Amino acid sequence: MAEIPILKIGDCLLVSIQVDMHDRLAMALQDDLTQRIVEDRARGVMIDISALEIVDSFIGRMLNNIAAMSRVLDAVTVVVGMRPAVAITLVELGLTLTGVRTALNVDKGLAMIRTIIDRGEQEDDRRGG
Amino acid sequence: MIVEADETMPVRNSDDVVRARQVVRAKAVAAGFSLVDQTKIITAASEIARNTVDYGGGGTMRIEVLRNGQRRGVRLTFTDQGPGIPDISRAMQDGYTSGQGLGLGLSGAKRLVNEFAITSAPGQGTEIILARWK
Repeated sequence: MAEIPILKIGDCLLVSIQVDMHDRLAMALQDDLTQRIVEDRARGVMIDISALEIVDSFIGRMLNNIAAMSRVLDAVTVVVGMRPAVAITLVELGLTLTGVRTALNVDKGLAMIRTIIDRGEQEDDRRGG
Repeated sequence: MIVEADETMPVRNSDDVVRARQVVRAKAVAAGFSLVDQTKIITAASEIARNTVDYGGGGTMRIEVLRNGQRRGVRLTFTDQGPGIPDISRAMQDGYTSGQGLGLGLSGAKRLVNEFAITSAPGQGTEIILARWK
């Protein structure tokens, strides 16, 4: 079974989904990412879906789950590169992806992750943590 | 109405769901669908194909390319011999799920197509017909 590679860039993990995922592969990615967040002490996770032709409710649920799990593990998830046709379809499908941050592309996604992490550290400083 | 293409394929596991998406995409492209229309019918097919596998115990997808005057369309018929749906109107509600999903499969797929019909009864299996026109 093909695996989706997870790249480490500084304290962020980058996943670029380049294949039409079957459901088991999506579940495996969810598990692998959660594992890697802990192992690599990652603070940010970026998921590039620019190659995905569709996001159905199963893949949407996977993105929601990854965002929720990474939040619990003190990491920020940003989904980048959603195609316009996919965005239109998602809304009509009724999938709102609440809790998933999105950015237009990888550059903006990385900037967003940095901003959120820095803001979090400032708040920790103010609390004296 | 003219049927330009008519194929049937098995939908038994999650690899078949991927294949079903690819077949629907190829037919939607052949029918001259816009990118948004392609995406909608592929996404609807993915939802219903997964239901066929997860709840219907596997079945088949029939795909037809139709022409009605100047309009072209893609019609999908998913059939399974599974346990059937006891309460269709409840199953069609957003957020209702008997499994692990988000409960958007049926109701969401219906919003993505122009025609939607469902026939099911306990013990009789399920047939779902979806069509989208250009």
